[in-house]
Amino acid sequence: MKEKGWKEIPIGGLIIEAGNAEKYKTGSWRTFRPVRDEEKCNHCLICWIYCPDSSIIVEEGKIKGIDYAHCKGCGICSTQCPRKAIKMVEERSK
Amino acid sequence: MSRIVGLTGDETAAEAMRQINPDVLAAYPITPQTETVQRFSEFVANGLVSTEMVRVESEHSAMSACVGAAAAGARAMTATSANGLALMWEIVYIAASYRLPIVMAVVNRALSGPINIHCDHSDSMGARDSGWIQLYSENCQEVYDNLIQAVRIGEDKDVLLPVMVTFDGFIISHAMERVEILEDEEVKSFIGEFRNSHSLLDIDHPVTYGPLDLYDYYFEHKRQQIEAMEKAPSVIKKVGREFGKLSGRPYDLLEKYKTEEAELIIVAAGSTAGTVKVAVDELREENVKAGLLKIRAFRPFPYQEIAQVLKEAKAVAVLDRSASFGAQGGPLFLEVRSSLFEKDRRPPVINYIYGLGGRDIKIEQIKRVYEDLEEIAMGRRPTQPVSYLGVRE
Ligand code: SF4
Ligand code: SF4
Repeated sequence: MKEKGWKEIPIGGLIIEAGNAEKYKTGSWRTFRPVRDEEKCNHCLICWIYCPDSSIIVEEGKIKGIDYAHCKGCGICSTQCPRKAIKMVEERSK
Repeated sequence: MSRIVGLTGDETAAEAMRQINPDVLAAYPITPQTETVQRFSEFVANGLVSTEMVRVESEHSAMSACVGAAAAGARAMTATSANGLALMWEIVYIAASYRLPIVMAVVNRALSGPINIHCDHSDSMGARDSGWIQLYSENCQEVYDNLIQAVRIGEDKDVLLPVMVTFDGFIISHAMERVEILEDEEVKSFIGEFRNSHSLLDIDHPVTYGPLDLYDYYFEHKRQQIEAMEKAPSVIKKVGREFGKLSGRPYDLLEKYKTEEAELIIVAAGSTAGTVKVAVDELREENVKAGLLKIRAFRPFPYQEIAQVLKEAKAVAVLDRSASFGAQGGPLFLEVRSSLFEKDRRPPVINYIYGLGGRDIKIEQIKRVYEDLEEIAMGRRPTQPVSYLGVRE
């Protein structure tokens, strides 16, 4: 994203475009990446409810994957998963 | 048409607030501001205003409530003094950063400690870098006039900054004076309606206030605040002229009192300016070319206009009612003196710290300052740049 000058942005640090957090990629903040085991997962969607960054991708009621461009690696999904289907893996050992 | 009444400074502030009829007023009582809010609460109880009055548990909450209200699109006001302002501190900066044109009466009182309830300017001077516009008042009439103008100045589209209107605790807040009050309708049409173009309640245009703002954009937002302050002087002047047409009392950034052809000029803010005027009048009778430059707007600081007035003087004294510990002098002195730095011709400028904790300042003391200036004008080098007027050695 090209960074804008002070004359081009809303005053007061306001965000006036709803939902534009999507444009701000936070994936690089991650140290640990959540990796889901399709075998263990029963698509209960608990991780989807808990993810603070809306990074669990769901289509037609099924987990399709994780949005690594925005996932910050907080590990909440992994902690909450009742089936221990999400492992946190250190980024450099991918 | 205006009516003439006898009011104390606190009562005058409440009267201005009644006419402004803000959507929200959130405040916590503190001496010497108390009577302002107390009287305003009577207006609320008697149905004379349609204001939502929020009785908060602290000044931090008072300013927080004002921020929330203004972000929601309300015209919000508050009033405080000294330690109350200190407790608000965090949110005072936030109000300015969010560009919310809240108007706050600051009844100047010495900051603790040791605890003291009387006047000095340490409270508002401490907030000089918070991003608020600051207008200092000489008397009850100016309290009234400044509060009404503050609404227009802060809400101007080129400015959008909060405004502090200050007046000296007890000296103004508790002294009764003659005040001219405009008609309610005149004030109403002068201030107009407040329209926040980014209201939190505008569900068709959702907006986020206060998101995280890191090294990638924070600097740009600060640059915008600087720009708003740079645009403020012309708005203060414009509103001052329009107010003059309405009331017969025009306002500027500064008041020049007999400064034309004055050789010895005192620079002062607040009620002391009134005392200096009496000294100037008496000295003029004795053919001493004395003058006063009264600071009305301290933020934005009108350095060009100040330099213009002072550059031809032979000697200048700046009176500061607050100390800046460890600095080269009081806050007003430092800025007045540096405003002259670019001028080829610049008079010697000396500083007097006075009136801390409500210590009285008398006409004779001010005349002594003019005597000092007279000697400096005749060539005596100032023995020290900063003196303490009225302290016991
Ligand atoms: S919480 Fe676990 S089991 Fe449930 S959908 Fe997420 S990964 Fe699958
Ligand atoms: S690690 Fe955190 S951010 Fe990433 S998918 Fe899990 S809950 Fe969401």
